[in-house]
Amino acid sequence: MPADTALPNPAGAAPAGGRELIRLDQVTKRFGGTTVLDRLDFTVDPGKHVTLIGPSGSGKTTILRLLMTLTKPDEGTITVDGEQLFPASEKERREARKKIGMVFQQFNLFPNMTVLRNITEAPVTVLGLSRDEAEVRARELLDLVGLADKCDARPTQLSGGQQQRVAIARALAMRPRVLLLDEVTSALDPELVAGVLDLLRDIARSTDITMLCVTHEMNFARDISDQVLMFDAGRVIESGPPEKLFGDPEQERTREFLSAVL
Amino acid sequence: MSEISPGLWGILLHGVWVTVQLTVFSAALGAAVAFAVGLARTHRLRIVRIVSGAYFELFRGTSALVLMIWVFFVVPLTLGWQLVPMWAAVLTLGCTYGAYGSEVVRGAVAAVPQGQREAGVALGFTPAQRLRKIVLPQAWPEMVPPFNNLLIELLKGTALVSVLGVGDITFGAQLVRNATGRSAPVYSVVLVMYFVLAFLLTRAMRLVERRAKAGVGRGPSPEPAAAAQSGPDRRRDAAPSASAPGGAS
Ligand SMILES: Nc1ncnc2c1ncn2[C@@H]1O[C@H](COP(=O)(O)OP(=O)(O)OP(=O)(O)O)[C@@H](O)[C@H]1O
Ligand SMILES: [Mg+2]
Repeated sequence: MPADTALPNPAGAAPAGGRELIRLDQVTKRFGGTTVLDRLDFTVDPGKHVTLIGPSGSGKTTILRLLMTLTKPDEGTITVDGEQLFPASEKERREARKKIGMVFQQFNLFPNMTVLRNITEAPVTVLGLSRDEAEVRARELLDLVGLADKCDARPTQLSGGQQQRVAIARALAMRPRVLLLDEVTSALDPELVAGVLDLLRDIARSTDITMLCVTHEMNFARDISDQVLMFDAGRVIESGPPEKLFGDPEQERTREFLSAVL
Repeated sequence: MSEISPGLWGILLHGVWVTVQLTVFSAALGAAVAFAVGLARTHRLRIVRIVSGAYFELFRGTSALVLMIWVFFVVPLTLGWQLVPMWAAVLTLGCTYGAYGSEVVRGAVAAVPQGQREAGVALGFTPAQRLRKIVLPQAWPEMVPPFNNLLIELLKGTALVSVLGVGDITFGAQLVRNATGRSAPVYSVVLVMYFVLAFLLTRAMRLVERRAKAGVGRGPSPEPAAAAQSGPDRRRDAAPSASAPGGAS
């Protein structure tokens, strides 16, 4: 039995309850000969903030990439809000994918568009909003991330922290139910990290969006998480509320990892 | 130069016009081929990559001169219809330089960071939308300098058409030499004519390049109005400039 389902789960991984937003069932992912994720099960309930921690190479990024359909599992099923991502046809996947947004470590803003256009392009093309509607929404979001004056700037004219805040606004403009955040501050200069983390704390507090984040910022993880999952070698070896996991971890491996990063 | 009478100058100038036309038409066909084949070579389906790769190898490995003669003289024997020399030349040059251009397109598209495509997936764009809105606009500035090189090669390559009797600059030069009995004056003039055309082409492509770079936020913006926002963030604008080496074609 997978380790995580045996553990108390305050985020409420209701077994087969069907009210969870994300569900991974026996997901296995291999790269060449190495098994990166090994029959992984876990669920995330709507509105919860779940943080994945674990040593480098333990498969955290791989999980987010699977959920964003940037890579395919070798076995198992992945469901988002009742719609199957894997296995599914490309068309079904495209529909289900609309419920998920992602912010990348390297921002990945489109340099061929202005800041405003970066945010409006997908709502117009993919969701079918009118350009005016999309711009109203984009300006609200830029206001939220504190960059209302940068509408017409190019991404190359912004600092890393500003670029990442635009990327967050861009992801939110699609009104996803789930936001995936993969080490979104690790490419930033140290003095820019706090601004982005504060913004994410704000979003976590003031919206009902579900968050799945991978981070090495343990204080941030403690602040926003409802549940923390500790990964090692492609399996969840421990999970629980942040107070428990950071304060009194049960696994020796978790303790070692935390003492190394804290 | 006094050996070249006004009538003979007329022949040469008409030749310039024909060379320009050949270059423009062949470049248009070549660009279409370059994008079609270049994108096919990055296609996710293996069979599409194989077929388009074979096209590239085929045209890279055959002489444009021989191909042109073949299209003009051999194809009619088997198919029973004859292309006018001008279009036989455009077809051959367009397909040949299009093959070289496909390599430029393929390389520039492959050089767009994977993260850009992944951001496109994350936002729900279809593959075609990703190509049109994200990949091609970013790949385009990288294509312009090598395209400039190819255009100049093409310009000089149009001299091959004189074997089909198309009255381009080189063909005109042969007529003038036959009329005057002297090679030195007319070929000196023709050398300069090709050089001037190549030079103008390079100037034009520099403008295209500058606009393309501004389009992805590198270099100065083309619209002065936008200058209010843009900081002095001019990255190195030292693109490897494609010069026209005066090699004979
Ligand atoms: N495209 C790939 N090809 C081959 N192996 C890969 C690929 N992507 C990831 N891996 C391997 O899968 C394993 C898990 O990688 P993953 O990026 O998910 O780890 P991670 O937990 O995010 O690590 P980090 O904290 O360093 O970001 C690693 O051993 C990695 O080398
Ligand atoms: Mg990672």
